[in-house]
Amino acid sequence: MEIFVSIIIGVLTMCAVYLVLSRSLLRIIIGTALFSHAAHLLVLTTAGLKTGAAPVLVDGVTEFTDPLPQALVLTAIVISFGVTAFFLVLAYRTYQELSTDNMEEMKGTESYD
Amino acid sequence: MSLLHLAILLPLLAAPFIPFLFRGMKQIHTGWFVLIVPVVLVTYFAGFIPITSAGDVVTETIAWMPSLGINFTAYVDGLSLLFALLITGIGALVVLYSIYYLNKDKESLGHFYVYLLMFMSAMLGVVLSDNMIVMYMFWELTSISSFLLIGYWYEKERSRYGAQKSMLLTVFGGLSMLGGIVLLESMIGSYSIRDMIANSDVIAESPFFLVAMILILLGAFTKSAQFPFHIWLPDAMEAPTPVSAYLHSATMVKAGLYLVARMSPVFQESSVWLWTIAGVGMFTMFWGSFNAVKQTDLKGILAFSTVSQLGLIMSLLGLGAAALHYDGMDDNIFMVATIAAIFHLINHATFKGSLFMMAGIVDHETGTRDIRKLGGLMTVMPITFTIAVIGSLSMAGLPPFNGFLSKEMFLKATTKVFSADFFALDTIGILLPVIAFVGSVFTFIYSIMLFTRTFMGKAKFDQLPKKPHEAPIGMLISPAILALLVVGLGFFPNVLSNSLIKPAVESIYPTLVAQGQEVDVHIYFWHGLTPELFMTIGVVLLGSLLFWQMGKWMGIYNRIPHRLTLNGMYDGTLVWSNKAAYRFKDNYMTGFIRSYLIYIFVFLSGMMLFSIWWFDMYQFSFENLAEIAPYEYVLGAVVMLGALAILFMKSRLPSIILLGVVGYGVALFFVFFGAPDLALTQLVIETVSVALFLLVFYHMPDISKKEVRMRFKVGNAIVAVLVGTTVTLLSFMALTNKSLTSISEYYKENVYELAAGKNMVNVVLVDFRGFDTLFEIVVLGIAAFGIYTMIKFRTTRRTKGEGEHEAKQQTRQ
Repeated sequence: MEIFVSIIIGVLTMCAVYLVLSRSLLRIIIGTALFSHAAHLLVLTTAGLKTGAAPVLVDGVTEFTDPLPQALVLTAIVISFGVTAFFLVLAYRTYQELSTDNMEEMKGTESYD
Repeated sequence: MSLLHLAILLPLLAAPFIPFLFRGMKQIHTGWFVLIVPVVLVTYFAGFIPITSAGDVVTETIAWMPSLGINFTAYVDGLSLLFALLITGIGALVVLYSIYYLNKDKESLGHFYVYLLMFMSAMLGVVLSDNMIVMYMFWELTSISSFLLIGYWYEKERSRYGAQKSMLLTVFGGLSMLGGIVLLESMIGSYSIRDMIANSDVIAESPFFLVAMILILLGAFTKSAQFPFHIWLPDAMEAPTPVSAYLHSATMVKAGLYLVARMSPVFQESSVWLWTIAGVGMFTMFWGSFNAVKQTDLKGILAFSTVSQLGLIMSLLGLGAAALHYDGMDDNIFMVATIAAIFHLINHATFKGSLFMMAGIVDHETGTRDIRKLGGLMTVMPITFTIAVIGSLSMAGLPPFNGFLSKEMFLKATTKVFSADFFALDTIGILLPVIAFVGSVFTFIYSIMLFTRTFMGKAKFDQLPKKPHEAPIGMLISPAILALLVVGLGFFPNVLSNSLIKPAVESIYPTLVAQGQEVDVHIYFWHGLTPELFMTIGVVLLGSLLFWQMGKWMGIYNRIPHRLTLNGMYDGTLVWSNKAAYRFKDNYMTGFIRSYLIYIFVFLSGMMLFSIWWFDMYQFSFENLAEIAPYEYVLGAVVMLGALAILFMKSRLPSIILLGVVGYGVALFFVFFGAPDLALTQLVIETVSVALFLLVFYHMPDISKKEVRMRFKVGNAIVAVLVGTTVTLLSFMALTNKSLTSISEYYKENVYELAAGKNMVNVVLVDFRGFDTLFEIVVLGIAAFGIYTMIKFRTTRRTKGEGEHEAKQQTRQ
């Protein structure tokens, strides 16, 4: 299972990197969203998968999955949402001001010296 | 904290009050308050004279960073006391002079005196610190305060240029010196100068001996404006004249001399030491005096003359090292070089200080320092004229002034090379008296120029910006005191012999003193018909002849094209390095975010893959892995295909939907992994995200219609595959190496006892790691604020076209 998920993580990261390197602002944001999915899966996978029941105390269950990575990922999911939302509004405002979402057109032409 | 430390830091402690005094007491010149500091200090340090002349030293230590061997150890011996007295004594006179020089209503005196006091502390720190690192710290502080003072009139372009030049050169030297200090410490394991002197035999055997010596000398040579680093000093003349008199002739530029004198016991056994210092010093002496003659600015002449005189003292310190090798006679003739160095150091401070103040007075009262415009001021400024004559003749080395005495000793020291039979002094060394003679001739010429061109000759008062008149009495006090010292020391040089010069010389020759050699300081006016007397007579005759025939040989100065002068090279280097830096920067700072991200990704992958290879981590073992259900394969395939499909989507709507597919797929994985909380959060967040994406997408209507063709980029693809592979390998590595047990055992055991909760993830979030959650909320809050500001506050004024666009959008909403 872990090997399979690792490969999924690799594919997600690969797509994320390719998207982040593209010119369109929207594709860049989609890329960062994919990035966070990959990172969340990575944190969970490195801790080991399916090592027990869900980490909720129930009578008769002694083996649980590791709760700590889950807590970390939970925080991360919320923060990545915040970042994505910020990013999206930034893109929206940029588009309003500059009428483009092409990163190469946004580059300033003058050098600062 | 002893009184001695307090004395070093007193100016720095007084500095914060100066701006308030300047603001609060407008009617009193701030300088009067500042004057108290050097006056108190000079009396305090004068109290040490009996101690050092008895051959004793005073040491006080404050532990600063003992574990690193860095302690603020103040150390007073003959040499440091001499400098401390110069710093505070000249400092008092300069502050007094500045009260009349700087107008309290026009100048920002608050800044000026803060910088000056900062310098005073720094300089005292340099000469009184025993720990080299502390000394280095103060050393750089003098560079910084000098920079600030040169740039005091910062609205002038020349001031900024001069300030930058001095900063670049002296800080370059300072950093070299730091390298030397670190090397020395690595040899003996201590930063203390006294330890270095005590272990000089260990240092001499080190393979890094020469490197350390050259690095230390670079510091000394840049600070003391030795050739070829002297070029900063003439440009430093843009500073107000009190600063030039204080920093750039009497004290700061002598820090290099102090360093050489102080480090002499460590290095002076080496022939390289003697030859480098004597050679560089002697050439600087010639070059400075040669260039001084062509200057037309009074302060320019004085600047090059300072360069020349510093070279003279430097060469004497170098020659003085020969005293260690000389055992020809009972009377150690090379010791005279060091005695002359110390004596000339004092004399130079007196006559050059008075000359600088004279130049300042002329500038102040006539409005110009250009000797082509000046002339005939003798009648209107008789007192200034007298001071100028005394100072100039002393500098030229004429009797009965103190300059004559030390100059004679200098010539004597150079002629002694004939009787030395080591280090090739009796062969190549013959050049030394020749260069000394030529340098002295030029010194004579510019000294004569200095007062004849300014005060004698035809008066051209109509060409002057101001109507000239004698300076106010307060302005004349300081130069007059210095001029009196010039005459007084000329007649009674031996008042200093045992009180100041002897202890200072003794601290340069600790080994000789230990052997029982007597440092015999007796300075005579008349010492018979010696070679040096004939040399002086020759200097006067040849100098007068050349001065008389000046018009005929001045042409030689125009022979060197500007590009090849040192200044030309400095400017060229500055321009070139600026351009090269920009060109280099423009190569990689393209302005495209894509380039920067590629650097980050490639570097990350490169580092990872390199470490995996370097630490032999590429053997993966997979044990105890979880089993995998068939439907999980399907889900994984959906997630991967969804992500890959985004890459090939031409329009935006499908890619947003595909992103949603991936997100929900990940949420399902969380369910399989036994993480219900995650799955729930992910589902909610994913829904909101997709909604947000669509909303923004909706607000970018123009773009949605355009089908932007996304070309496949091979370069990006390679980087993407590389990073993807790296992350997968990273995950494999994490599976292989499970050497540590998870810290979450603690949470599992205590979740109910300590937090009375059954859902571990929740308890961890709100209880055990509550701060994480708190800051998570903070991050969300910041994001929310950011979004709100971006939407609500718009500072850019929009043009008509954009306004219509806005209106169109609003109607659509």
